[in-house]
Formats: sequence, C-alpha cells, structure tokens
Amino acid sequence: MSRIAGCFAAAREAGRKVLIPYITAGDPVPEQTVTLMHAMVDAGADILELGVPFSDPMAEGPVIQKAMERALTHQVTLDDVLDMVRTFRQQDDRTPVVLMGYLNPIEVKGYARFASEAAEAGIDGVLTVDLPPEEGEDYIRSLEAQDIDRIFLISPTTDEKRMATLSRASSGFVYYVSLKGVTGAANIDTKAVGDRVSTIHALTDLPVGVGFGIKDANSAAAVAAVADAVVVGSALVRQIEANMTSAEKINQAVAALLSDMRRAMDAR
Amino acid sequence: MAETKPKYHYPDARGHFGPYGGQFVAETLMGPLEELREAYERYLADADFQAELDEELRQYVGRPSPLYYARRWSEKLGGARIYLKREDLNHTGAHKINNTVGQALLARHMGKTRIIAETGAGQHGVATATVAARLGLECVVYMGAEDVQRQSMNVYRMKLLGARVVPVESGSRTLKDALNEAMRDWVTNVDNTFYIIGTVAGPHPYPAMVRDFQAIIGRESREQILAQEGRLPDALVACVGGGSNAIGLFYPFIDDESVAMYGVEAAGFGLETGQHAAPLCAGKSGVLHGNRTYLMEDAHGQITHTHSISAGLDYPGVGPEHAWLKDSGRVHYVAVNDDEALQGFHDLTRIEGILPALESSHALAYTTKLAPTLGKDQIIVVNLSGRGDKDIHTVATHQGISL
Repeated sequence: MSRIAGCFAAAREAGRKVLIPYITAGDPVPEQTVTLMHAMVDAGADILELGVPFSDPMAEGPVIQKAMERALTHQVTLDDVLDMVRTFRQQDDRTPVVLMGYLNPIEVKGYARFASEAAEAGIDGVLTVDLPPEEGEDYIRSLEAQDIDRIFLISPTTDEKRMATLSRASSGFVYYVSLKGVTGAANIDTKAVGDRVSTIHALTDLPVGVGFGIKDANSAAAVAAVADAVVVGSALVRQIEANMTSAEKINQAVAALLSDMRRAMDAR
Repeated sequence: MAETKPKYHYPDARGHFGPYGGQFVAETLMGPLEELREAYERYLADADFQAELDEELRQYVGRPSPLYYARRWSEKLGGARIYLKREDLNHTGAHKINNTVGQALLARHMGKTRIIAETGAGQHGVATATVAARLGLECVVYMGAEDVQRQSMNVYRMKLLGARVVPVESGSRTLKDALNEAMRDWVTNVDNTFYIIGTVAGPHPYPAMVRDFQAIIGRESREQILAQEGRLPDALVACVGGGSNAIGLFYPFIDDESVAMYGVEAAGFGLETGQHAAPLCAGKSGVLHGNRTYLMEDAHGQITHTHSISAGLDYPGVGPEHAWLKDSGRVHYVAVNDDEALQGFHDLTRIEGILPALESSHALAYTTKLAPTLGKDQIIVVNLSGRGDKDIHTVATHQGISL
C-alpha cells in the first residue's frame, strides 16, 4: 500500500478526516521549507503538499503567485525541491508528500528521469495543474512505473463522463476544486461541494480531497463533513506573507492555523 | 494533375501539430474549451455565419486589403519584385482585427456577454475593444503594468472604446503575465465570458481558430498575385511573435511546394546576447499557456525574460503550428535584430512613403537580405502586418529625439 493510501486507511480507521496543508517550496527562503514541513506535521497535518515554483502559475491567485515569486528570487529549482524532500525524509518517513506544480519544469527534466528521482527522494504523489490526462499518457506511465500516485483535479465545470475519466487516471486520491476560479478565491458553498463529492464517490473508490477557498477552522470543519480530506493553501501562505520578518513567527503562525483546523475537524 | 484535396491536414482532432499544440490547461477550462471547439466547428461550416463574417470584413474592416507592388524599393534592392500585403490599411491599423471580428461574432452566437483579452503593445487590445464596442459587449483587457506605461496612447484608445484596462503587476509585468491573468479571469467567469486570444497560441482550438480567421490574408494574396502577375510568388515573408499574421499569409500556400516561406523572429540585441524573442531560432520545446511549443526557457523550465524593440514580438513562446512547420522544414525561420528592424522601418518610410509597424519592419529587414539573392523575374510577398504610427515614440527615442 502506498503511503497516501495507508494514510487515508488509517484516518478512516480512526474516524478522522485527512488534513493536507500546502506551502510553496522555498517560500520565503529555501532554508526554511524543511523546518516548516516538520512544524506542519506536528500541528496535525496528515499529508504535505509542496508547491514547485514556476514563473507562470496560471491557476494561482495572487497569494500563491507571490509565494512562487519569492521562491524564484532564490532560484529554487525542481532539483532543489527534491533535495528538500530528501532532507525531510531523514527525520520523517511516514508522512506522505505530494508535489503540486506546472508541467514545464517536469517536461524539461524528462518524465522518466523526474519519476525516478522523485521516487528516490521520497515523493508519494504528483499533481500537475496544467496536464489533463488526455495529454499525459507518458507522464502517467512514468509515474506508475515508480509507484508514485497521480492526482488529477476535478472541477465544477467537469461533466460526469470526464469525472469518470479523471478518476480512472488518478491514484492516491482525487482532488475536487471547490469553485470556478484561482487558488485563494471566494468562500465555498459547502452544500454544493457535498453534492459533487457524492457524485465522485459514486464513480470511484478513491478518497476525495477538497481544496480552493478553505480559509479557517470553520470552513475546514464544514468541508471535512462532506469530504475525505481538506486541502488548505492560500490561507497558510498568507500567514507566511504576514510574518516574513522572522522564521520563528512563520512556523508559529502556520502551526497555529493548522492546529485550529485540526481541532475543528476532529470535533465535528 | 492538380490535387483538389489539401495535403496538409493539421492539427489533429485534439489540436496537435505533430508533437506540438494540445490542451495543457487546468481542469476548470477543459469543459469551456470543448464548448468553444464545438461552437467553432459548427460555425466554420455555417453559411450564414460565414456570410456575416464576410460582410463585417468588407464593410467594417475594409477588406480586401491591397497587394501593393513596391516598385522603388524593389528596384533599389536590385533583385526580386516585392509585393506588400497591406494589412496596415485595415481598420485599427493591423491584421489583428481579422481575428477579433471573427471571435467576437462567435462570442455573440454563443450567447457570451463579456469579452476579455490580453495585449502586449495594445494592438490586439484595441482591436478587441473596437469589436466589443461595435457589438455592444462588455470588454476587459489585461495588459502588463510595464506595457501600460510604455503604451499609454493605446491604453487611452481602449478606454475611449469603453474597455476596462487592467494593469498586471505579477511576474515580468509584460504580455506573458497579461495572458496568465486573462486565463485566471476566464477560469473565474467562464459562464458568461469569451476569451479572445490575439495570436495562434494557447490551448486547442485557439491556434487553429485564429489561423482560420487570419487565413483571409493568404487567400486574398493568392488571388491577387495570380491576377496581378499571373503566377504564384517565389517567397513569402512575415514576422513571427506569436505568429498569427505569418500563419495567416502562409497557410493558403502551404501545399504550393514552389513557394518558399520565411518567418522572421525578433533577435533583439542579438541571438548571441540571449536578449531576444526568438524561441524558434534559439529556444527549446516546452509547455506554456496551454500548448506545447518552442519557448524561451532556462535549464530548469522557468520562462525567461525576452527583449525586442517591438512590443508585439516580445513574447517567450510561439504558436505551435510554427513549431511544427519549423521541424517539418516547410518554413524557414530566421531572426533580425533591433537595429536591422529599425533600418527596415526607415527604408520603407523613405522609399515607399509607408510607415510600417516595428513588428512588420522585421519582415522588411529580412526582405532586404533576401531580395538581392533572387532574380528580377522572381516575386516576394511580404506581409505588412501593421502601420507604424504607434511606434513613432520608440523610433524617436532611438534617434535621441523626444517628441
């Protein structure tokens, strides 16, 4: 069983929902990413989602765009991100790590080489925002060969036929984007999200994570009531942005928000 | 025996030109792109829609544009006879409007009430704001904050036409970032919004759709040269940024093997300096803005900054069909630098009394090299894609003159 599947199985066993925080690797400085990853695990994260900085992040709202720009001022590359995960794995071989990013850095490295290096670094899943499965045959095959989970997005504009296609192409979990828009956008409609998650559940045995628009403990708990996992990104990155003067403050602020979410999700 | 069926048949059903093109977008856009593809294919075959488009092109854009024999310039260069396809004489002063008229009509037929666009120098933004005004549609134009400052006249023109111009502060604050922001808007407002992309790039069906709307340039040129010279030209020359004016000219000639084609990229300060906008001549294959194509990128897959004196060519990617036409060898891609382009600008202005856009001046500059290598009985058609009034400040600054 993959680390991601194991994580969902254990959560189901314990009657809790999975919490997946996102940060951009290298934001605000490369030296801090691994410390922050450990701090998030300590604060109750089950799976870590690590953004690979890209110069043209088309699906991101302003908060994550700026995080990627901060990382890129330090020339953080895909190789650097893999190194960060290697370092993280020296102390944590249990928490799954998912890379989230755009295709071009992977394309330049080559799919097969990327997959083998990612597997060796201890990466469990990859979500490539601008790669639909129709364009991803070689990519999927390369990741499959290294037992890395392929996570695809399902959105409010996805019809049921495509939902089935995307679920079949996915492994580990399916990521439902809660709203039309970019990351960090408006509040989500939990009722509508719940309906869509039920539709996806009818199509696949994979767990469903929900992201986009989850801002605080309340929205995390509300989404946890209808989904298997809660993904939180911009709200955490905003904590980084607001506390840039001190590494210590960033760790504390991120951990505090995650702990609140964890408590609210577990108290449902 | 002439074959009646075209030999060239790209893209395939999913928008691929060989390994290039395709649909590399976030999932939220896959549904809307499918809706667009269906609508486009339906109206492409719809006689009423085509008649409406023809009427707009004739009465509003001013087509057909002349194919002008540049006698003095040809004689000065001492080689081939040079014809200029006068897209600069279109309404709004460039070829851009051929495409915006087509897409805006499509938007109206699809029931979309809001138009968005990206723009670099502002030509596509102006062409979009123009047709939006004409059709009474809401219009928002995204423009890099850097370009908003450099092109204040076009910003004002768009505002006069009723468009809202949104300066984009992210990334390099230029065209590619404006495109990112327009995509973000589209993802957010897909229900009522039509995104008019200005060039033959982006996810399928945009590269094919924009090509088909611009192919009027080549269809007219073909008829005109046959009428005026009684034969096909020996060579076609057009500048390539995203590549819409070039594809528009080339496409109807693509099966005519005797016609050589030259796409001219912007070499900026020189290809050797790295400060240019010539992905076909000096870039690598990659994925950006919804398609696989040649890109200006670093060893780690980050998109690099570009430079060209011409804002309309200052883009790190290029339409995927050009990538394929390069690999297949059908089109020769070359590059000329800023200084050569400026010389082309001055030459045409002084010799023919035509002020060309700095974009088109790249095609002219290459023609000054190509024409003397051909005989006096040979013919070159150059796409004069736009007029140069918008560039006089840039040219003046280069001469140390402040207007």
